[in-house]
Amino acid sequence: MTGAHATDAFIRLENVRKVYRTRGQEFLAVSDVTLNVAAGELVSLVGPSGCGKTTVLKILAGLHGHDAGSVEIGTPADPFDPGRDIGMVFQQSLLLKWRRIIDNVLLPTEILGLPRAESRDRARDLLRMVGLEGFEDKFPYELSGGMQQRASIARALVHDPKLVLMDEPFGALDALTREKMNLELLRIWSESRKTIMFVTHSIQEAVFLGSRCAVLTAGPARMADNFEIDLPYPRLLDMKTHENFGVYTRRIYKLLGME
Amino acid sequence: MENRRERIGRWVLVVVMHLAVIAVWQLWITLGEVEAYIMPTPLATFATLFEDYNWWSNTLVTAASVFGGFWLAVVVGVLLALLFSWSKWLNDAFMPVIVSLNMIPKVALGPIFIVWFSYGIGPNIIIAFSICFLPILITTARGLNEVEPELIDLVRALKASRWQVFTKIQLPGALPYIFSGMKVAVVLAVAGAIVGEFIASEKGLGYLMLQVQVTLDTAAMFMAVLLITFVGVVLYALVLMLELLLVVRDARVE
Ligand SMILES: Nc1ncnc2c1ncn2[C@@H]1O[C@H](COP(=O)(O)OP(=O)(O)O)[C@@H](O)[C@H]1O
Ligand SMILES: [Mg+2]
Repeated sequence: MTGAHATDAFIRLENVRKVYRTRGQEFLAVSDVTLNVAAGELVSLVGPSGCGKTTVLKILAGLHGHDAGSVEIGTPADPFDPGRDIGMVFQQSLLLKWRRIIDNVLLPTEILGLPRAESRDRARDLLRMVGLEGFEDKFPYELSGGMQQRASIARALVHDPKLVLMDEPFGALDALTREKMNLELLRIWSESRKTIMFVTHSIQEAVFLGSRCAVLTAGPARMADNFEIDLPYPRLLDMKTHENFGVYTRRIYKLLGME
Repeated sequence: MENRRERIGRWVLVVVMHLAVIAVWQLWITLGEVEAYIMPTPLATFATLFEDYNWWSNTLVTAASVFGGFWLAVVVGVLLALLFSWSKWLNDAFMPVIVSLNMIPKVALGPIFIVWFSYGIGPNIIIAFSICFLPILITTARGLNEVEPELIDLVRALKASRWQVFTKIQLPGALPYIFSGMKVAVVLAVAGAIVGEFIASEKGLGYLMLQVQVTLDTAAMFMAVLLITFVGVVLYALVLMLELLLVVRDARVE
Protein backbone atom coordinates (compact mmCIF):
# COMPACT_ATOMS: atom_id res chain seq x y z
CA MET A 1 0.00 0.00 0.00
CA THR A 2 1.19 3.49 -0.76
CA GLY A 3 -0.91 5.59 1.57
CA ALA A 4 -3.65 8.01 0.53
CA HIS A 5 -5.34 7.21 -2.72
CA ALA A 6 -2.98 8.27 -5.50
CA THR A 7 -5.27 10.72 -7.27
CA ASP A 8 -6.34 12.82 -4.29
CA ALA A 9 -3.03 12.71 -2.42
CA PHE A 10 -1.34 16.08 -1.79
CA ILE A 11 2.18 14.72 -2.30
CA ARG A 12 2.79 12.02 -4.89
CA LEU A 13 6.25 10.49 -5.11
CA GLU A 14 6.60 7.65 -7.56
CA ASN A 15 9.73 5.54 -8.01
CA VAL A 16 11.90 8.55 -7.24
CA ARG A 17 15.59 8.06 -7.84
CA LYS A 18 18.42 10.48 -7.09
CA VAL A 19 22.07 10.27 -8.10
CA TYR A 20 24.60 12.80 -6.75
CA ARG A 21 27.31 13.68 -9.24
CA THR A 22 30.50 15.19 -7.89
CA ARG A 23 33.81 15.40 -9.75
CA GLY A 24 32.93 12.63 -12.17
CA GLN A 25 31.85 10.38 -9.30
CA GLU A 26 28.31 9.13 -9.15
CA PHE A 27 26.59 8.28 -5.89
CA LEU A 28 23.17 6.69 -5.76
CA ALA A 29 21.52 8.31 -2.71
CA VAL A 30 17.88 7.36 -3.33
CA SER A 31 17.10 4.34 -5.43
CA ASP A 32 13.34 3.93 -5.31
CA VAL A 33 10.91 5.91 -3.18
CA THR A 34 7.15 5.80 -3.69
CA LEU A 35 4.91 7.64 -1.26
CA ASN A 36 1.55 9.36 -1.25
CA VAL A 37 0.67 11.83 1.45
CA ALA A 38 -2.76 13.33 2.04
CA ALA A 39 -3.11 17.01 2.91
CA GLY A 40 -2.90 17.58 6.65
CA GLU A 41 -0.97 14.41 7.44
CA LEU A 42 2.08 14.32 9.69
CA VAL A 43 4.36 11.78 8.06
CA SER A 44 7.38 10.46 9.93
CA LEU A 45 10.19 9.51 7.62
CA VAL A 46 12.38 7.11 9.54
CA GLY A 47 15.57 5.31 8.62
CA PRO A 48 19.23 4.93 9.58
CA SER A 49 21.71 7.81 9.13
CA GLY A 50 22.91 8.29 5.60
CA CYS A 51 20.00 6.43 4.04
CA GLY A 52 18.80 9.43 2.06
CA LYS A 53 16.12 11.04 4.23
CA THR A 54 17.50 14.55 3.86
CA THR A 55 17.83 14.00 0.13
CA VAL A 56 14.12 13.17 -0.10
CA LEU A 57 13.26 16.39 1.77
CA LYS A 58 15.50 18.45 -0.52
CA ILE A 59 13.76 16.99 -3.54
CA LEU A 60 10.39 17.95 -2.02
CA ALA A 61 11.71 21.46 -1.33
CA GLY A 62 12.72 21.81 -4.98
CA LEU A 63 16.39 22.20 -3.99
CA HIS A 64 17.48 19.08 -5.87
CA GLY A 65 16.17 17.55 -9.07
CA HIS A 66 15.59 13.82 -9.35
CA ASP A 67 16.89 11.40 -11.94
CA ALA A 68 13.92 9.11 -12.45
CA GLY A 69 10.34 8.74 -11.33
CA SER A 70 7.96 11.60 -10.64
CA VAL A 71 7.45 14.16 -7.90
CA GLU A 72 4.14 15.98 -7.76
CA ILE A 73 2.81 18.22 -5.02
CA GLY A 74 -0.61 19.85 -4.89
CA THR A 75 -3.96 19.16 -6.49
CA PRO A 76 -6.18 21.35 -8.67
CA ALA A 77 -8.38 21.99 -5.66
CA ASP A 78 -5.40 22.60 -3.38
CA PRO A 79 -2.62 24.04 -5.55
CA PHE A 80 0.98 24.15 -4.36
CA ASP A 81 3.31 27.05 -5.20
CA PRO A 82 6.87 25.64 -5.08
CA GLY A 83 8.35 29.12 -4.60
CA ARG A 84 6.45 29.94 -1.44
CA ASP A 85 4.64 26.98 0.06
CA ILE A 86 7.63 25.40 1.82
CA GLY A 87 8.63 25.88 5.43
CA MET A 88 11.78 24.20 6.76
CA VAL A 89 13.14 23.28 10.19
CA PHE A 90 16.54 21.70 10.67
CA GLN A 91 18.47 20.08 13.50
CA GLN A 92 20.14 23.43 14.23
CA SER A 93 17.76 26.32 14.73
CA LEU A 94 19.82 28.42 12.27
CA LEU A 95 18.54 31.65 13.77
CA LEU A 96 20.41 34.75 12.68
CA LYS A 97 22.47 35.86 15.69
CA TRP A 98 22.10 39.55 14.93
CA ARG A 99 18.32 39.54 14.66
CA ARG A 100 15.81 39.62 17.46
CA ILE A 101 13.52 36.60 17.68
CA ILE A 102 10.59 38.31 15.99
CA ASP A 103 12.81 39.51 13.14
CA ASN A 104 14.18 36.00 12.74
CA VAL A 105 10.64 34.68 12.44
CA LEU A 106 9.90 37.35 9.82
CA LEU A 107 12.76 36.33 7.49
CA PRO A 108 10.60 34.25 5.07
CA THR A 109 8.05 37.06 4.77
CA GLU A 110 10.82 39.51 3.84
CA ILE A 111 12.09 37.17 1.17
CA LEU A 112 8.62 36.69 -0.26
CA GLY A 113 7.85 40.41 0.02
CA LEU A 114 4.71 39.91 2.11
CA PRO A 115 3.03 42.95 3.71
CA ARG A 116 4.97 44.02 6.79
CA ALA A 117 2.33 44.94 9.36
CA GLU A 118 0.25 41.83 8.80
CA SER A 119 3.34 39.60 8.85
CA ARG A 120 4.40 41.11 12.14
CA ASP A 121 1.00 40.40 13.69
CA ARG A 122 1.14 36.86 12.38
CA ALA A 123 4.66 36.36 13.74
CA ARG A 124 3.48 37.51 17.16
CA ASP A 125 0.55 35.10 17.05
CA LEU A 126 2.85 32.25 16.05
CA LEU A 127 5.35 33.06 18.79
CA ARG A 128 2.49 32.89 21.24
CA MET A 129 1.42 29.56 19.74
CA VAL A 130 4.91 28.04 20.14
CA GLY A 131 5.09 29.34 23.71
CA LEU A 132 7.50 32.25 23.20
CA GLU A 133 5.25 35.13 24.15
CA GLY A 134 7.39 37.80 25.78
CA PHE A 135 10.58 36.69 23.97
CA GLU A 136 9.90 38.61 20.75
CA ASP A 137 12.65 41.17 21.35
CA LYS A 138 15.30 38.83 22.73
CA PHE A 139 18.35 37.76 20.76
CA PRO A 140 18.83 34.05 19.99
CA TYR A 141 21.71 33.66 22.47
CA GLU A 142 19.33 34.63 25.26
CA LEU A 143 17.17 31.54 24.55
CA SER A 144 17.72 27.88 25.42
CA GLY A 145 18.14 25.30 22.67
CA GLY A 146 14.53 24.16 22.93
CA MET A 147 13.26 27.75 22.79
CA GLN A 148 15.44 28.48 19.75
CA GLN A 149 13.92 25.48 18.03
CA ARG A 150 10.41 26.74 18.85
CA ALA A 151 11.36 30.04 17.20
CA SER A 152 12.56 28.21 14.11
CA ILE A 153 9.23 26.36 13.95
CA ALA A 154 7.43 29.71 14.08
CA ARG A 155 9.70 30.90 11.26
CA ALA A 156 8.73 27.85 9.20
CA LEU A 157 5.04 28.71 9.58
CA VAL A 158 5.06 32.50 9.26
CA HIS A 159 4.41 32.66 5.52
CA ASP A 160 1.59 30.12 5.88
CA PRO A 161 3.18 27.41 3.68
CA LYS A 162 1.22 24.31 2.78
CA LEU A 163 4.07 21.92 3.44
CA VAL A 164 6.48 21.95 6.37
CA LEU A 165 9.67 19.89 6.09
CA MET A 166 11.40 19.00 9.35
CA ASP A 167 14.82 17.36 9.27
CA GLU A 168 15.55 15.80 12.67
CA PRO A 169 14.43 19.04 14.34
CA PHE A 170 14.80 17.74 17.88
CA GLY A 171 17.94 15.67 17.27
CA ALA A 172 20.20 18.11 19.11
CA LEU A 173 18.00 18.51 22.20
CA ASP A 174 18.33 16.63 25.47
CA ALA A 175 15.91 13.75 26.03
CA LEU A 176 13.51 15.60 28.33
CA THR A 177 13.28 18.70 26.16
CA ARG A 178 12.81 16.45 23.18
CA GLU A 179 9.77 14.70 24.67
CA LYS A 180 8.30 18.06 25.56
CA MET A 181 8.88 19.34 22.04
CA ASN A 182 7.16 16.25 20.65
CA LEU A 183 4.03 17.14 22.58
CA GLU A 184 4.35 20.77 21.48
CA LEU A 185 4.70 19.78 17.85
CA LEU A 186 1.54 17.69 18.01
CA ARG A 187 -0.32 20.64 19.48
CA ILE A 188 1.08 23.04 16.85
CA TRP A 189 0.18 20.58 14.12
CA SER A 190 -3.37 20.19 15.36
CA GLU A 191 -3.75 23.98 15.56
CA SER A 192 -2.19 24.75 12.18
CA ARG A 193 -3.37 21.71 10.19
CA LYS A 194 -0.25 21.73 7.99
CA THR A 195 1.07 18.81 6.02
CA ILE A 196 4.31 17.91 7.79
CA MET A 197 7.15 15.66 6.68
CA PHE A 198 9.11 14.81 9.80
CA VAL A 199 12.49 13.14 9.38
CA THR A 200 13.90 11.27 12.35
CA HIS A 201 16.07 8.31 13.10
CA SER A 202 14.30 7.71 16.38
CA ILE A 203 11.75 4.94 15.94
CA GLN A 204 9.94 5.94 19.14
CA GLU A 205 9.59 9.50 17.92
CA ALA A 206 8.40 8.37 14.49
CA VAL A 207 5.58 6.29 15.95
CA PHE A 208 4.66 8.78 18.63
CA LEU A 209 4.24 11.70 16.21
CA GLY A 210 3.19 10.34 12.86
CA SER A 211 -0.27 9.83 11.48
CA ARG A 212 1.67 7.89 8.88
CA CYS A 213 5.13 6.40 8.93
CA ALA A 214 7.41 5.84 5.96
CA VAL A 215 10.38 3.56 6.56
CA LEU A 216 13.52 3.88 4.45
CA THR A 217 16.20 1.21 4.48
CA ALA A 218 19.93 1.85 4.49
CA GLY A 219 21.38 3.71 1.51
CA PRO A 220 20.63 3.91 -1.25
CA ALA A 221 17.19 4.71 0.13
CA ARG A 222 14.43 2.33 -0.73
CA MET A 223 10.94 2.53 0.65
CA ALA A 224 10.68 -0.49 2.90
CA ASP A 225 7.15 0.17 4.06
CA ASN A 226 4.71 2.95 4.65
CA PHE A 227 1.68 2.59 6.87
CA GLU A 228 -0.89 4.53 8.79
CA ILE A 229 -0.35 4.76 12.54
CA ASP A 230 -3.75 4.18 13.99
CA LEU A 231 -3.25 5.61 17.46
CA PRO A 232 -5.67 8.23 18.70
CA TYR A 233 -4.81 11.94 19.02
CA PRO A 234 -4.23 13.79 21.23
CA ARG A 235 -1.30 11.57 22.05
CA LEU A 236 0.17 11.69 25.52
CA LEU A 237 3.47 10.31 26.76
CA ASP A 238 1.87 7.36 28.56
CA MET A 239 0.82 6.11 25.15
CA LYS A 240 4.38 4.90 24.69
CA THR A 241 3.65 2.08 27.12
CA HIS A 242 0.54 1.13 25.22
CA GLU A 243 0.34 -2.31 23.59
CA ASN A 244 -0.23 -0.91 20.05
CA PHE A 245 2.70 1.48 20.34
CA GLY A 246 4.98 -1.54 20.75
CA VAL A 247 3.40 -3.24 17.79
CA TYR A 248 4.34 -0.32 15.55
CA THR A 249 7.88 0.10 16.88
CA ARG A 250 8.53 -3.66 16.52
CA ARG A 251 7.29 -3.48 12.96
CA ILE A 252 9.84 -0.77 12.16
CA TYR A 253 12.70 -2.52 13.98
CA LYS A 254 11.93 -5.57 11.87
CA LEU A 255 11.92 -3.61 8.62
CA LEU A 256 15.31 -2.17 9.51
CA GLY A 257 16.62 -5.66 10.22
CA MET A 258 17.18 -4.98 13.91
CA GLU A 259 15.17 -7.76 15.43
CA MET B 1 26.68 43.17 30.62
CA GLU B 2 28.98 45.58 32.39
CA ASN B 3 27.25 48.36 34.23
CA ARG B 4 27.71 52.09 33.91
CA ARG B 5 30.26 52.36 36.70
CA GLU B 6 32.48 49.65 35.29
CA ARG B 7 32.35 51.29 31.87
CA ILE B 8 33.33 54.69 33.20
CA GLY B 9 36.08 53.02 35.22
CA ARG B 10 37.44 51.40 32.09
CA TRP B 11 37.54 54.72 30.24
CA VAL B 12 39.30 56.42 33.12
CA LEU B 13 41.90 53.64 33.03
CA VAL B 14 42.46 54.15 29.30
CA VAL B 15 43.11 57.89 29.76
CA VAL B 16 45.28 57.41 32.87
CA MET B 17 47.47 54.82 31.13
CA HIS B 18 48.01 57.08 28.13
CA LEU B 19 48.99 59.99 30.39
CA ALA B 20 51.25 57.66 32.37
CA VAL B 21 53.19 56.72 29.25
CA ILE B 22 53.76 60.41 28.50
CA ALA B 23 54.82 61.03 32.12
CA VAL B 24 57.35 58.18 32.02
CA TRP B 25 58.73 59.58 28.78
CA GLN B 26 59.12 63.03 30.38
CA LEU B 27 60.82 61.59 33.49
CA TRP B 28 63.15 59.39 31.49
CA ILE B 29 64.47 62.31 29.44
CA THR B 30 64.77 64.68 32.41
CA LEU B 31 66.32 62.23 34.85
CA GLY B 32 68.44 60.46 32.20
CA GLU B 33 69.71 63.79 30.83
CA VAL B 34 69.20 62.74 27.23
CA GLU B 35 70.29 65.28 24.60
CA ALA B 36 67.36 67.15 23.06
CA TYR B 37 68.40 66.42 19.45
CA ILE B 38 68.38 62.67 20.24
CA MET B 39 65.13 62.60 22.12
CA PRO B 40 62.97 65.58 23.07
CA THR B 41 60.72 65.70 26.13
CA PRO B 42 56.97 65.58 25.63
CA LEU B 43 56.75 69.21 26.66
CA ALA B 44 59.34 70.27 24.07
CA THR B 45 57.51 68.15 21.53
CA PHE B 46 54.14 69.76 22.18
CA ALA B 47 55.80 73.19 22.17
CA THR B 48 56.62 72.75 18.47
CA LEU B 49 52.89 73.02 17.77
CA PHE B 50 53.37 76.79 18.10
CA GLU B 51 56.12 76.87 15.50
CA ASP B 52 55.27 77.57 11.91
CA TYR B 53 55.07 74.10 10.45
CA ASN B 54 51.50 74.22 9.03
CA TRP B 55 50.55 71.37 11.36
CA TRP B 56 46.89 71.69 10.71
CA SER B 57 46.98 71.52 6.91
CA ASN B 58 49.70 68.83 6.91
CA THR B 59 47.68 66.70 9.31
CA LEU B 60 44.60 67.13 7.16
CA VAL B 61 46.51 66.01 4.07
CA THR B 62 47.81 62.90 5.84
CA ALA B 63 44.39 62.13 7.29
CA ALA B 64 42.90 62.43 3.81
CA SER B 65 45.37 59.87 2.42
CA VAL B 66 44.82 57.48 5.33
CA PHE B 67 41.03 57.75 5.35
CA GLY B 68 40.78 57.77 1.56
CA GLY B 69 42.97 54.69 1.12
CA PHE B 70 41.28 52.89 3.99
CA TRP B 71 37.65 53.41 2.96
CA LEU B 72 38.49 52.72 -0.68
CA ALA B 73 39.97 49.41 0.52
CA VAL B 74 36.84 48.63 2.54
CA VAL B 75 34.54 49.23 -0.45
CA VAL B 76 36.73 47.42 -3.00
CA GLY B 77 37.58 44.58 -0.60
CA VAL B 78 33.95 43.87 0.32
CA LEU B 79 32.71 44.10 -3.29
CA LEU B 80 35.48 41.82 -4.60
CA ALA B 81 34.77 39.33 -1.81
CA LEU B 82 31.10 39.39 -2.81
CA LEU B 83 31.95 38.69 -6.47
CA PHE B 84 34.26 35.86 -5.42
CA SER B 85 31.56 34.34 -3.21
CA TRP B 86 29.14 34.40 -6.15
CA SER B 87 31.49 32.87 -8.67
CA LYS B 88 33.87 30.09 -7.80
CA TRP B 89 35.46 30.60 -11.20
CA LEU B 90 36.24 34.28 -10.51
CA ASN B 91 37.60 33.28 -7.12
CA ASP B 92 39.85 30.53 -8.48
CA ALA B 93 41.05 32.72 -11.34
CA PHE B 94 41.74 35.98 -9.52
CA MET B 95 42.44 35.20 -5.89
CA PRO B 96 45.90 33.68 -6.53
CA VAL B 97 46.82 36.65 -8.75
CA ILE B 98 45.75 39.08 -6.05
CA VAL B 99 47.78 37.24 -3.44
CA SER B 100 50.85 37.33 -5.72
CA LEU B 101 50.34 41.03 -6.46
CA ASN B 102 50.12 41.62 -2.73
CA MET B 103 53.69 40.32 -2.39
CA ILE B 104 54.94 43.35 -4.32
CA PRO B 105 56.56 45.65 -1.77
CA LYS B 106 54.17 48.59 -2.15
CA VAL B 107 56.97 50.95 -1.14
CA ALA B 108 58.77 50.03 -4.32
CA LEU B 109 55.80 51.30 -6.31
CA GLY B 110 56.20 54.86 -4.96
CA PRO B 111 58.63 56.08 -7.62
CA ILE B 112 56.52 54.46 -10.34
CA PHE B 113 53.37 56.11 -9.04
CA ILE B 114 55.10 59.48 -9.27
CA VAL B 115 55.68 58.81 -12.95
CA TRP B 116 52.03 57.78 -13.41
CA PHE B 117 50.16 60.24 -11.24
CA SER B 118 52.82 62.88 -10.47
CA TYR B 119 53.11 64.32 -6.96
CA GLY B 120 50.03 64.76 -4.82
CA ILE B 121 47.54 63.00 -2.65
CA GLY B 122 46.41 60.55 -5.38
CA PRO B 123 49.44 58.22 -5.26
CA ASN B 124 49.36 58.24 -1.44
CA ILE B 125 45.75 57.14 -1.35
CA ILE B 126 46.58 54.38 -3.82
CA ILE B 127 49.60 53.20 -1.81
CA ALA B 128 47.55 53.20 1.42
CA PHE B 129 44.76 51.36 -0.39
CA SER B 130 47.03 48.75 -1.95
CA ILE B 131 48.75 47.98 1.32
CA CYS B 132 45.59 47.53 3.39
CA PHE B 133 42.95 46.05 1.13
CA LEU B 134 44.01 42.39 1.18
CA PRO B 135 43.21 41.73 4.86
CA ILE B 136 39.75 43.18 4.26
CA LEU B 137 39.22 41.06 1.15
CA ILE B 138 40.37 37.89 2.90
CA THR B 139 38.40 38.32 6.12
CA THR B 140 35.27 39.36 4.21
CA ALA B 141 35.54 36.40 1.84
CA ARG B 142 35.88 34.10 4.81
CA GLY B 143 32.89 35.69 6.59
CA LEU B 144 30.69 35.52 3.50
CA ASN B 145 31.40 31.81 3.14
CA GLU B 146 30.78 31.09 6.79
CA VAL B 147 27.01 30.82 6.23
CA GLU B 148 25.33 27.54 7.18
CA PRO B 149 24.44 25.74 3.94
CA GLU B 150 21.10 24.69 5.42
CA LEU B 151 20.17 28.31 5.99
CA ILE B 152 20.81 28.93 2.30
CA ASP B 153 18.56 25.93 1.54
CA LEU B 154 15.85 27.41 3.71
CA VAL B 155 15.76 30.69 1.82
CA ARG B 156 16.44 29.18 -1.60
CA ALA B 157 13.31 27.04 -1.16
CA LEU B 158 11.52 30.41 -1.16
CA LYS B 159 13.37 31.50 -4.30
CA ALA B 160 15.45 34.12 -2.51
CA SER B 161 17.58 36.17 -4.91
CA ARG B 162 21.37 36.35 -4.58
CA TRP B 163 21.03 39.93 -3.51
CA GLN B 164 18.57 38.99 -0.75
CA VAL B 165 20.92 36.26 0.46
CA PHE B 166 23.76 38.80 0.47
CA THR B 167 21.97 41.62 2.27
CA LYS B 168 19.94 39.57 4.74
CA ILE B 169 22.29 36.72 5.59
CA GLN B 170 25.81 36.91 4.17
CA LEU B 171 26.72 40.54 4.80
CA PRO B 172 25.39 40.86 8.36
CA GLY B 173 26.94 37.48 9.13
CA ALA B 174 30.27 38.63 7.71
CA LEU B 175 30.32 41.96 9.58
CA PRO B 176 32.26 40.66 12.61
CA TYR B 177 34.90 39.31 10.20
CA ILE B 178 34.94 42.49 8.15
CA PHE B 179 35.55 44.53 11.30
CA SER B 180 38.43 42.33 12.42
CA GLY B 181 39.96 42.84 8.96
CA MET B 182 39.36 46.58 9.19
CA LYS B 183 41.17 46.81 12.51
CA VAL B 184 44.26 45.25 10.96
CA ALA B 185 43.87 47.48 7.91
CA VAL B 186 43.88 50.73 9.92
CA VAL B 187 47.50 50.20 10.96
CA LEU B 188 48.52 49.28 7.43
CA ALA B 189 46.71 52.26 5.92
CA VAL B 190 48.59 54.68 8.18
CA ALA B 191 51.92 53.07 7.29
CA GLY B 192 51.04 53.13 3.59
CA ALA B 193 50.06 56.80 3.58
CA ILE B 194 53.25 57.86 5.37
CA VAL B 195 55.49 55.83 3.10
CA GLY B 196 53.73 57.49 0.20
CA GLU B 197 54.45 60.90 1.67
CA PHE B 198 58.13 60.04 2.17
CA ILE B 199 58.45 59.14 -1.48
CA ALA B 200 55.94 60.99 -3.55
CA SER B 201 54.60 64.08 -1.90
CA GLU B 202 55.09 67.73 -1.19
CA LYS B 203 52.52 67.91 1.59
CA GLY B 204 51.56 65.94 4.66
CA LEU B 205 53.19 64.87 7.92
CA GLY B 206 55.53 62.35 6.24
CA TYR B 207 56.81 65.04 3.91
CA LEU B 208 57.15 67.44 6.85
CA MET B 209 59.30 64.91 8.72
CA LEU B 210 61.81 64.83 5.87
CA GLN B 211 61.88 68.65 5.87
CA VAL B 212 62.62 69.03 9.58
CA GLN B 213 65.12 66.15 9.55
CA VAL B 214 67.44 68.44 7.61
CA THR B 215 67.33 71.04 10.42
CA LEU B 216 67.67 68.38 13.15
CA ASP B 217 64.45 69.60 14.78
CA THR B 218 63.89 66.27 16.52
CA ALA B 219 61.04 67.65 18.61
CA ALA B 220 59.09 68.54 15.48
CA MET B 221 59.77 65.07 14.05
CA PHE B 222 58.33 63.56 17.21
CA MET B 223 55.35 65.85 16.97
CA ALA B 224 54.76 64.65 13.43
CA VAL B 225 54.94 61.05 14.58
CA LEU B 226 52.47 61.79 17.36
CA LEU B 227 50.05 63.40 14.94
CA ILE B 228 50.35 60.49 12.51
CA THR B 229 49.58 58.15 15.42
CA PHE B 230 46.68 60.35 16.37
CA VAL B 231 45.20 60.09 12.87
CA GLY B 232 45.43 56.30 13.17
CA VAL B 233 43.84 56.30 16.62
CA VAL B 234 40.94 58.44 15.40
CA LEU B 235 40.31 56.08 12.49
CA TYR B 236 40.56 53.06 14.79
CA ALA B 237 38.09 54.64 17.23
CA LEU B 238 35.73 55.30 14.35
CA VAL B 239 35.91 51.64 13.33
CA LEU B 240 35.26 50.54 16.93
CA MET B 241 32.26 52.84 17.16
CA LEU B 242 30.82 51.54 13.92
CA GLU B 243 31.32 48.01 15.18
CA LEU B 244 29.46 48.78 18.39
CA LEU B 245 26.62 50.22 16.34
CA LEU B 246 26.39 47.52 13.70
CA VAL B 247 27.47 44.26 15.27
CA VAL B 248 25.32 42.52 17.86
CA ARG B 249 27.41 41.92 20.96
CA ASP B 250 27.25 38.13 20.85
CA ALA B 251 28.24 38.01 17.18
CA ARG B 252 31.44 40.06 17.59
CA VAL B 253 34.79 38.43 16.85
CA GLU B 254 37.12 39.40 19.65
N1 LIG C 1 25.45 16.95 -2.13
C1 LIG C 1 25.84 15.65 -2.05
N2 LIG C 1 26.77 15.16 -2.90
C2 LIG C 1 27.15 13.87 -2.83
N3 LIG C 1 26.67 12.96 -1.96
C3 LIG C 1 25.75 13.39 -1.07
C4 LIG C 1 25.29 14.75 -1.07
N4 LIG C 1 24.37 14.88 -0.09
C5 LIG C 1 24.26 13.66 0.50
N5 LIG C 1 25.08 12.76 -0.10
C6 LIG C 1 25.20 11.35 0.25
O1 LIG C 1 23.95 10.74 0.05
C7 LIG C 1 23.66 9.84 1.11
C8 LIG C 1 22.35 10.18 1.74
O2 LIG C 1 22.48 11.41 2.41
P1 LIG C 1 21.30 12.08 3.24
O3 LIG C 1 20.12 12.25 2.37
O4 LIG C 1 21.87 13.29 3.87
O5 LIG C 1 21.03 10.95 4.34
P2 LIG C 1 20.25 11.05 5.74
O6 LIG C 1 19.60 12.38 5.81
O7 LIG C 1 19.28 9.92 5.72
O8 LIG C 1 21.26 10.87 6.83
C9 LIG C 1 24.82 9.89 2.09
O9 LIG C 1 25.65 8.77 1.86
C10 LIG C 1 25.52 11.16 1.72
O10 LIG C 1 26.91 11.02 1.91
MG1 LIG D 1 19.96 13.90 7.19
